[in-house]
Amino acid sequence: MADCDDVLRDLFVYLDGELSIETRAQISAHLEGCPDCYEVLDFHAELRQVIAHRCREDLPPGLVARVRSCFGDGAVGGGGGAGSATSFGAPASFRLPEPPGGPLRL
Amino acid sequence: MALMPSLYTAALRLTRNRADAEDLVQETYLRAYRGYGGFDEGTNLKAWLYRILTNAYINSYRAKQRRPQEDELDEVEDFYLYRRLGTLEASRVHRSAEDELMDFFTDDEVKAALEALPEAYRLPVLLADVEGFSYKEIAEILDVPIGTVMSRLHRGRKAMQKRLFDFAVDHHLVPQPEEATHG
Repeated sequence: MADCDDVLRDLFVYLDGELSIETRAQISAHLEGCPDCYEVLDFHAELRQVIAHRCREDLPPGLVARVRSCFGDGAVGGGGGAGSATSFGAPASFRLPEPPGGPLRL
Repeated sequence: MALMPSLYTAALRLTRNRADAEDLVQETYLRAYRGYGGFDEGTNLKAWLYRILTNAYINSYRAKQRRPQEDELDEVEDFYLYRRLGTLEASRVHRSAEDELMDFFTDDEVKAALEALPEAYRLPVLLADVEGFSYKEIAEILDVPIGTVMSRLHRGRKAMQKRLFDFAVDHHLVPQPEEATHG
């Protein structure tokens, strides 16, 4: 059973989702019964959201067009799905991998 | 081009300059295009593009910087910000803790706190906390061992928390610390 020291030591690795299944389960079990540790976890989970949210940038106008123009007008990303990979200049046999979250596009 | 906003965000945190960030994004796409045959199907496309961006930054932009890179950080205690803001935040009633923490800092302050980190620490924090990459992906993007990623994340996050706390002090959201913590 994990104690408070174990939880605080591994807190960021826990938040990063990088612990082994067993260690993660031990820490989760501790957090359910320990409001103090849960509060620390909650604070850092929220801080991470604040950082991610506040660091986002909008694309400057014209950047997409500028990059596209390097490859010829409309050559990049003009199509849909993985099929646009070939118009990017890759060999016709090349196919982008499709991760669980859906196809990624350049 | 769906990844361009993420790449631009990273480019701006790295170069700290909009014109250079735009150039860096363009350079990244050009390098990706040229190196496309080298893309391994087992590779995560987003991580691959970040690796190109990081290398392009190191090759092209860092070389332009005249001032030396400081690679060391002061030692900062664990949970620096929480120990100073956590209880204050929790004591405020009728507002969710999340809103409260979000209201503590402006966009510019959070960006400045991240950009203030030395590059060796800024990159792992950016990749983990803003972009959500795994330790393994960050290790591949930066070409360093996973243990190095973890230790830099640990120290970089603490240093960033200290900087954020300084902003909170500036806003008079918290009393001035009595002991000299601004070493």
